Amino acid sequence: MAVDKNMNVLIVDDYQTMLRIIRNLLKQLGFNNVIEATDGSAAFEALSKDEFGLVISDWNMEPMSGLELLKQVRASSGAMKDVPFIMVTAESKTENVIAAKKAGVNNYIVKPFNAETLKTKIASVLGDF
Amino acid sequence: MDANQTIYDRDEVVRIISSVLSKVAKSETLSRKQLYEEIRSLHDIIEAMRTDLGSVRPGEISGKDIPTATDELDAVVEATARATGTIMDSCEAIEKIADELDPEIKDKLADQVTRIYESCSFQDITGQRITKVVKTLKTIDEKVESILSTVGFKEMEDESQETKSVEQGDAALMNGPQMPDQAVSQDDIDKLLAEFD
Repeated sequence: MAVDKNMNVLIVDDYQTMLRIIRNLLKQLGFNNVIEATDGSAAFEALSKDEFGLVISDWNMEPMSGLELLKQVRASSGAMKDVPFIMVTAESKTENVIAAKKAGVNNYIVKPFNAETLKTKIASVLGDF
Repeated sequence: MDANQTIYDRDEVVRIISSVLSKVAKSETLSRKQLYEEIRSLHDIIEAMRTDLGSVRPGEISGKDIPTATDELDAVVEATARATGTIMDSCEAIEKIADELDPEIKDKLADQVTRIYESCSFQDITGQRITKVVKTLKTIDEKVESILSTVGFKEMEDESQETKSVEQGDAALMNGPQMPDQAVSQDDIDKLLAEFD
């Protein structure tokens, strides 16, 4: 099935620079409906209000981390429960990856990353585009 | 340090204190002069320790040096964030201009702009690393404050005792960017994830 590039994509990071980088890279990939959140709780609120086709989230944020967001999303009963979720983080230890996978992450990108890696990981989650 | 200053190690202090206590416990065998000499030794040790601590200006470390260092590091993060913002402003402007150009040239410009975006992620990584250093400095600051408030009047803790707080759950996993020799590569992460499928 073709990827709907008009879907809402939620990007979550407490660094404005990274939000802007991901937004611009997504724009180059053809995703224009990008919504930003600066921590897990703001992201959860956004997910509760609108439907999203993809979440790309940092891990290390306060007050709510990306892992906590992922757990809450997967534990929810709404439409967000199964939303594809990619963790983009500098946390690159084995135990981090395992914890994220156990919490239900769909893919994991370690920072710093390039546009090609972002495209490949999105395609692995949503299908080729 | 002053060459004439006497340096006492902790074992020696413990030995002298134990000596005084045992002699006081057997006070019938302790002359007034001996007791005075033992207490005088302890006094000298405490004074030497206070002088040593004073010579390294602990008040300045806690009150000035560390706050200055953390402020400087915060400034580095702010400055790089501003500079990165400006770079990306320019990239976005170039992309708008490129929309009006020949598609072939537009694609070539887009490739170069993408490389700039990718490189700008340095600000996120360095920002996290510096924030980690600032947290460490603040912890040192708290320890110095603690030592200052108790110096000379509390028994030193056993070095082998674990004093670092043990983080649990999510907090234990949030360590920030790893040093290159401790990090797992993207390829390793992909292999690890594949093992779950």
